[in-house]
Amino acid sequence: MTEIGLGHYLTLGAVIFSIGVIGIFLNRKNIIVILMSIELILLAVNINLVAFSIFLGDLTGQVFTLFILTVAAAEAAIGLAIIVVYYRNSGTIRVEEIDQLKG
Amino acid sequence: MIAHSIFFYTFSIIAIISAIMVTVSKNTVHSVFFLILDFISISCLFIMIGAEFLGMIMLIVYVGAVAVLFLFVVMMLNVAQQKNQWFASEASSKHIPVGLIISTIIFFELIIVIGGWKYKPDLFDINNTTNNFNVSNTHSLGQVLYTDYIHVFQLSGMILLVAMIGAIVLTFRKREGVKKQSYIKQISRERSEGVELLDVKTNKGVKIDD
Repeated sequence: MTEIGLGHYLTLGAVIFSIGVIGIFLNRKNIIVILMSIELILLAVNINLVAFSIFLGDLTGQVFTLFILTVAAAEAAIGLAIIVVYYRNSGTIRVEEIDQLKG
Repeated sequence: MIAHSIFFYTFSIIAIISAIMVTVSKNTVHSVFFLILDFISISCLFIMIGAEFLGMIMLIVYVGAVAVLFLFVVMMLNVAQQKNQWFASEASSKHIPVGLIISTIIFFELIIVIGGWKYKPDLFDINNTTNNFNVSNTHSLGQVLYTDYIHVFQLSGMILLVAMIGAIVLTFRKREGVKKQSYIKQISRERSEGVELLDVKTNKGVKIDD
């Protein structure tokens, strides 16, 4: 209980990952919160990588965390640009009204 | 060691509560604020565990850039006023039990993996050369990043460039009815189309066609 090991960090990553997945399914109000849930999932992956990197003594995990950070920033920029363009064209970003693809 | 565990539990409980608040908050602006709180507490955990460079980079990139970008978009699109219930209608909430079941299954799978986790016996003998405490974390990370991973590093730079160009191209629009200076038009004017010599008859004047 008092000794913080690798399992504690992995459990924290698992909890935040599951909350992110729940957020994708639960939220139907607007699509920005879904993007934020994706950021939470990437954050959980980062926690796992850093925890393994520290506890195993290998720096590769931290290097790949940097790359995940880069990809997450690019994904947020592109996703928000698409949302802005969609809002300009159709006037709404509510999830259940985005049905032009008939999915 | 007791202080370490106190800090770990404090920051992780703050992170989990703010992650829950990101998903269930009714106002989108509040969701963005809780996302910022989540990133800050996780970066505190990173700094505490010994990855100082990544903690600082997470503060700069996420809190300074990504979260502020989210905040800008939320305020620009006027979606913060939609203070509805969570589920807009009864018909569109049929998928929610399935989503909850899938999330619970994923969570328990991850917990089972952690519970069955064992170190490979010869793992520490191979890899403990990089764990040098004489140099700082940033120093050792830079030594690995600019030598072994230089190609991946430049590839991530290319990803950022493509993302920047893509975001600009997506949101750029040409407005109608706005008069702007056009350098190409100004430079490519000839004398023959700009100036015209006319014979002006007395008491007649000149008709200018425009």
